[in-house]
Amino acid sequence: MFTAGNYVVAKSLEEAYQLNQKKTAGILGGMLWMRTGKRRYSTLIDLSALGLDGIKETENELVIGAMVPLRELETNETLRTYYGDAFLEAVRHIVGTQFRHMATVGGSLFGRYGFSDVATIFLALDCTVELYHAGEVPIETFLAQKPDRDVLVAVHLKKTPCKVCYQSQRITETDFPVLTCAVSRQESGWVFAIGARPSIAKRIENTLPYAPTAEEIAAFVAHADETLSFDSNMRGSEEYRRHLTRVFVRRAIGQLMEETR
Amino acid sequence: MTITVTLNGKRITDDVAPDLLLYDWLRQKGCLSVKCGCETTNCGLCTVHVDGKPTLSCAMLAVRADKKTVTTLEGLQEEAIEFGGFMADEGAEQCGFCNPGFIMNVLAMKEEPDVYTWTDRQIKEYLEGNLCRCTGYAGHLRAIRRYLAARQEGMK
Repeated sequence: MFTAGNYVVAKSLEEAYQLNQKKTAGILGGMLWMRTGKRRYSTLIDLSALGLDGIKETENELVIGAMVPLRELETNETLRTYYGDAFLEAVRHIVGTQFRHMATVGGSLFGRYGFSDVATIFLALDCTVELYHAGEVPIETFLAQKPDRDVLVAVHLKKTPCKVCYQSQRITETDFPVLTCAVSRQESGWVFAIGARPSIAKRIENTLPYAPTAEEIAAFVAHADETLSFDSNMRGSEEYRRHLTRVFVRRAIGQLMEETR
Repeated sequence: MTITVTLNGKRITDDVAPDLLLYDWLRQKGCLSVKCGCETTNCGLCTVHVDGKPTLSCAMLAVRADKKTVTTLEGLQEEAIEFGGFMADEGAEQCGFCNPGFIMNVLAMKEEPDVYTWTDRQIKEYLEGNLCRCTGYAGHLRAIRRYLAARQEGMK
């Protein structure tokens, strides 16, 4: 468990940002991963009074606040309307209901955790991450950067019509995933994101046409295997992860083509 | 830091350290049903209700409970005894170690919309965050099914 000298409920994003410039300060999300560490924080910064715990719908996008709990991603009707059961499928295996009531979208993304289901699902969608200082950055750029002293404010999901498929493999039901795979099919084409490689989720460079033939799918599955890097850890070998990726990508393409037939 | 919490219906003001866990504070206040089982936020033993939502008190700071309503098993004794009876009838109480957290999560689950139409899978998924070291969750599921059926019958 960490220790802390001070705790501040930030009254504004500017205050949170300024307090967070000190390297010994830390922003509290759900605190679930942070709690397992032994760091000493000079100041803990709480964003819960800044109204970042809701999902707002505008004409062109859904704005998901950084403090929205994962349970909200699971049960929110607006998300279900646009993305079907994809968000539910992405988070339902994460520990338990109590945990998902506490874990936040911001905390899940800002840590750039290799095991993150949340990073994988967002990476397959047309979205940007709003940072207080840096402004809006594409999700793939954000996930590739190292954590800095900025403050994650929200995720902006563009209302691009799409179908989404989410799959994960776990050794036991609520364990960290061995592999995660999110695929979306939009009019502009396909987006593939593979996570828990075991490092942070990455997109597969898309070479697949909107309506592919069996040969094109086979070629793309081989391409996915070749272009992504994988590694081994206690949950699975590099070879197993490559195998899962081939299976999941093929299944997702089949499912989404069936759904949009 | 000063916090004011409504704990089991009673308003309490207290001075706490910024890194004191809610779990530790609750035990200081005599809520000994709240236990810490795993230290890794996985077992659900420390479950309490914060503003009605099932919450892991081992992963929440006491300062974050300021101006909130916190309910432990001590504050829901009547409901706990009612559900505990169904657990005992099905032999699901077993060693009893996980029971407080498990009961708190079941009592939160019964407030979910459409819970009376849930499948076994939905119930199991809701309760995945509660680990029983004796295992054998079949008795737990039977107890929940009978409890929900009795409640539904009582509503007619």
